[in-house]
Amino acid sequence: MRRLIWLSVVAACAIAYPLLMSSPFQQRLGALVLLYAIAASAWNIVGGYAGQVSVGHVVFFGCGAYAAMASYAKFGLSPLFGIPGGIVLAVGLAAIIGVPTLRLSGHYFSMATIAVAETVRLIVTNTEWLGAAVGLSGPTVPRNVFDLSFLSSLPYYYLFLAVLVITLLVTWWMTNSRMGFYLRAIKDSERAARSLGAPAARTKLYAYMLSAALTSVAGALYAMMFGFVDPESGLGILISVKILIMAALGGAGLLFGPLVGAAILVPLEEISNSWLGGKGAGLTFVLYGAIIVLIARFQPGGLLALFTRRRKPNADTGAGHAP
Amino acid sequence: MSFVLVQVIVGGLLLGAVYALFSSGLTLVWGMMNIVNFAHGDFVMLGMYVAYVVYTLMGGGPLLGAPLATLVLATVGVVVYFTLIRDIMKGPMLAQILGTFGLALLLRYSVFWWFGANFLSMPPNIVGGTYAFAGLRIEASRLLAGVVALLVTLGLHLLLTRTSLGSKMLAVAEDQTAAQLMGIRPDTMQAIAWGIAAGATGLAGALIANFFYIVPTVGETLGIVAFVTVSLGGFGSVPGALVAGLLIGVIESLSGYLIGAVYKDIVVYVLFLLFLWFRPQGLMGKS
Repeated sequence: MRRLIWLSVVAACAIAYPLLMSSPFQQRLGALVLLYAIAASAWNIVGGYAGQVSVGHVVFFGCGAYAAMASYAKFGLSPLFGIPGGIVLAVGLAAIIGVPTLRLSGHYFSMATIAVAETVRLIVTNTEWLGAAVGLSGPTVPRNVFDLSFLSSLPYYYLFLAVLVITLLVTWWMTNSRMGFYLRAIKDSERAARSLGAPAARTKLYAYMLSAALTSVAGALYAMMFGFVDPESGLGILISVKILIMAALGGAGLLFGPLVGAAILVPLEEISNSWLGGKGAGLTFVLYGAIIVLIARFQPGGLLALFTRRRKPNADTGAGHAP
Repeated sequence: MSFVLVQVIVGGLLLGAVYALFSSGLTLVWGMMNIVNFAHGDFVMLGMYVAYVVYTLMGGGPLLGAPLATLVLATVGVVVYFTLIRDIMKGPMLAQILGTFGLALLLRYSVFWWFGANFLSMPPNIVGGTYAFAGLRIEASRLLAGVVALLVTLGLHLLLTRTSLGSKMLAVAEDQTAAQLMGIRPDTMQAIAWGIAAGATGLAGALIANFFYIVPTVGETLGIVAFVTVSLGGFGSVPGALVAGLLIGVIESLSGYLIGAVYKDIVVYVLFLLFLWFRPQGLMGKS
């Protein structure tokens, strides 16, 4: 019951936000928070619930972004057509990448995903058809509503809100299904889960593919909002890092963790960028780095874990070591 | 075989020795504590910048820059161990990855913020000119880097296998509790390992700074080179890192020459994935 009240409050705030905060900067900020929350929630499925820390999720983000922009730049179609294309591409790629890499445990999986992401970025940077280092652009002026290119951030805000709700519903449904129980068992101990008959390899792969599909949608929406994609904005490793940090800051493996993380980090980045100008980019990531180090050191379960600890007294926060 | 090809291979071997040097640092902490330092490449980058700053402030070239970079980075390594690593080692996997990854961002973008994104370089001929041996032309700075790196890597191997400090460190790697019962302090040994590992990256960074481009993001690529070297050579094996480092240097140079400069990184990444796939325990590592 209390949970339901909280949910309604959060939902009401989310719906009312752009109406109360009506400046273009604030509306854009809100839309970006929701967009990153979608990507981070998608990452959470495999990184949070299954405990497979992928640092290469930007590949799937790039699938969506490039599919959306290529469908316009190459075929003159609405970027909207790119979304299903991007999903197919991302799920296919996830299967190809996932089968060999998901066998690797812990750090090795993370390193392999970095190598895959960097390889894809280098290949795309050298592929003329995909615009090489310059990238691809979408419609410069809004043609019709199916292009999903709007002048104001308001339509984007509600579009992203709808997609985020779908993403969270999928995640919630998954965690309460058989798959969710398998994933948590795998996260605790893969060997134990296997010995009890959980199909670990298959479950991890399905989670990875689901996560890839949702990440590609986030990538496509990102590309549509900005109207262009290049190797840095669509496939740069820093996108992966941002997604991962948001999930970890809020609470990896918690339904609303990524949303909380995005709601803290996106305003932080946007405000520091607008205050510091071009030089701010460096300082923003210094801040990012410092925040991650501090979470890892003092609150590895994420901020939301502070509130859920009461219910799970045995939650492994890993920070019980006196110096 | 054409002279050019021999030249390319020799260049690859000299660079490979430097790869071996900083990778042996990574393999040391990896083998000993089972923690992967995602900031390892950025330590090398820091070494390059220390050498650069030492040169611009005091001059003196690598003779002054290399020892100072080694010292500074060794200190950084020990400080990082006590403030961060010691605690995240006991935490969950996500915290371990986040901790060193966050450190990497912190170092990379602090340097970016301070020095900007511009490519810096040391003045040419800082170590002397170019030598010619039987038709081969070798830059003195590359020769110096390769030879020093090779000697120091061998020295590290001897330190680990022939001295009592080395035995104590290996004992901690083998079984912490047992080592503690024998009167060895695991904390001290692990801090020393971090000091040595980071010191090696400082030296390697100072050595390649003489002929490499110096840029805040250089550590990203170098970090992956170190991962490939360690997974190829076996986790915890310094001789493995040496052989693997030389091999990767040569493969990288050859693919850069034969296929094209942009593809040499792709070749390294693909090699890495193949090695992880087929032999996660490495060439000389224990399974």
